[in-house]
Amino acid sequence: MGFFLETLFGGLMAGMLYSLIALGFVLIYKASGVFNFAQGAMVLFAALAMARFAEWIPKWLGFESLLLANLLAFIVAMALMVVLAWVIERLCLSKLVNQEGITLLMATLGISYFLDGLGQTLFGNDIYSINVGMPKDPAMILEGTFEGGLLISKEDLVAALISAALVAALALFFQKTATGRALRAVADDHQAAQSIGIPLNRIWVIVWSVAGFAALVAGIIWGSKLGVQFSLSLVALKALPVVILGGLTSVPGAILGGLIIGVGEKLSEIYLGSFFGGGIEIWFAYVLALGFLLVRPQGLFGEKIIDRV
Amino acid sequence: MLYRENGQFKTSYAADQQIFPITQDRLAIGLLLLVAFVVMPMAGSEYLFRAVLIPFLILALAALGLNILVGYCGQISLGTGAFMAVGAYAAYNFLVRIDGMPLIVAMLLGGLTATVVGVLFGIPSLRIKGLYLAVATLAAQFFTDWAFLRISWFTNNSTSGSVSVAGLNVFGLPIESPVAKYLFCLTVVCVFALAAKNLTRSATGRQWMAIRDMDVAAAVIGIRPVYAKLTAFAVSSFIVGVAGVLWAFVHLGAWEPAAFSIDRSFQLLFMVIIGGLGSIMGAFFGAAFIVVLPIILDQVPHWFGIPLSTATTSHLVHMIFGALIVFFLIAEPHGLAKLWSIGKQKMRLWPFPH
Repeated sequence: MGFFLETLFGGLMAGMLYSLIALGFVLIYKASGVFNFAQGAMVLFAALAMARFAEWIPKWLGFESLLLANLLAFIVAMALMVVLAWVIERLCLSKLVNQEGITLLMATLGISYFLDGLGQTLFGNDIYSINVGMPKDPAMILEGTFEGGLLISKEDLVAALISAALVAALALFFQKTATGRALRAVADDHQAAQSIGIPLNRIWVIVWSVAGFAALVAGIIWGSKLGVQFSLSLVALKALPVVILGGLTSVPGAILGGLIIGVGEKLSEIYLGSFFGGGIEIWFAYVLALGFLLVRPQGLFGEKIIDRV
Repeated sequence: MLYRENGQFKTSYAADQQIFPITQDRLAIGLLLLVAFVVMPMAGSEYLFRAVLIPFLILALAALGLNILVGYCGQISLGTGAFMAVGAYAAYNFLVRIDGMPLIVAMLLGGLTATVVGVLFGIPSLRIKGLYLAVATLAAQFFTDWAFLRISWFTNNSTSGSVSVAGLNVFGLPIESPVAKYLFCLTVVCVFALAAKNLTRSATGRQWMAIRDMDVAAAVIGIRPVYAKLTAFAVSSFIVGVAGVLWAFVHLGAWEPAAFSIDRSFQLLFMVIIGGLGSIMGAFFGAAFIVVLPIILDQVPHWFGIPLSTATTSHLVHMIFGALIVFFLIAEPHGLAKLWSIGKQKMRLWPFPH
């Protein structure tokens, strides 16, 4: 039982990170109808920027404080993501208004290639570490209930707390601020939103910036756990089945979908993996999403898709 | 001046419906084939065959297959690499497990296996579209990556996980030298390009295009979406599977699943977009562009005396591809093939455009 619970927790933590990446997808899809394939590349780009600026800024300015370096690096990286959002909107999205979803999808695929190349040209292509002072040592809990207790990584726990805080903050932002209301209006109906005076272009810059923020947080957490490297961009592909499972238009769906995929992956690897020869983590999420697509294409919480053909 | 069809009157339906209705086009194609089949084998260097021409031909074939699905039928696929892998490994198993299996038959059987798998993963396309389908085909990609790595039956219990073929021959002619490999690929590509061109001009091809342009309207005028979509998946994955066999057997010789990774799928999709969605010619343009660009980018800095590391070059290639994709989608969604036909249109009026 203890082992099962440990696996379960491990899955939940991994799932939380998938959710963070999936969140970026959902935000952009809701507000602009663009399925943003570049979210993974954005995570990599943000994490690379964070890792490198945290290293460079103390050298340029000549101070030692880790906290200050991280803080400044975070601000610079965030500024970079906002600039990126603006450039993407200006050079790409505004030119592709009214195009089909499939065209936009391919355009974001191009953006993701561009970002992968740009990030590694600017910031180098080694493995970098992000040190934001996450606790590294594991903790034992519930020693009284189970024999030997449960081994839980404090780092994962902190990461989960940060994710939860981020989701809560985003929910507040969407529900309580004027900008959030405007974002929801745009998501509901582009034309109606425009006709009551909501500037679509600015909304798109904002929503890409928010997605950039989610990417930055996800990148920092992944990066401090496993190091920043190119494979981060591929891990983010796992967020695709997550959004399919949870529903493309639903923020809670992204969270729950991430948790389900994370837990399912770990449990299936441990309990079913031996029947298939191991390594089924690679495709489990995708095949689960594929099965889901056949039965319930809109996902758990998505809006029902009505198609007559 | 030279390129116009004045005075070329068609007197039969056959003459009116041929692929190249203008005499000058037919001459140009004939000349191109002559150069490809006769001059190239005599003049080309081994490096040219190995690094440029053979990859170009095979990837053009794969892009052609993908173009049928994406460009003609409008169903996006991110699993092309997977279907190539299925073709390659199936053909390998037929070749190794059945004594005296001829290469051509193994190749076609590999293609057929890819067809079956392609149709299987195409079934979700009946309910879902666009980005949802992209995820479904991604599932195919990751699943086959895993299957060929982990299930040792597929690799004939090879301990290293990599498999190889040797001593290929067609009708007793060995396919060992670069020239022989080149000619073999060229022949296969020509046959398939002709077949694909004719297929897209036929009733089936028109059904695909109707589904692509507007599925509701197509269904209303009596086209069965199920049939059209599944035939597109079948034909596309057959061609892609054959391209996979060529890539593995002829180009690589020995390979492992990484040869057909997701990067290959993206690369092929880029070829189709840059070359031109919905155009047979576009597949060739796109493949030429994507095969040659990295080689040129590798050389250019040397000419100017700026040494670039291979890592930097590969990042630059990434950036250029990414930027080009976006550029083409915005400026010319029909890609290089459209530019080509615009050029031809201009040529017909030149030098008196009024």
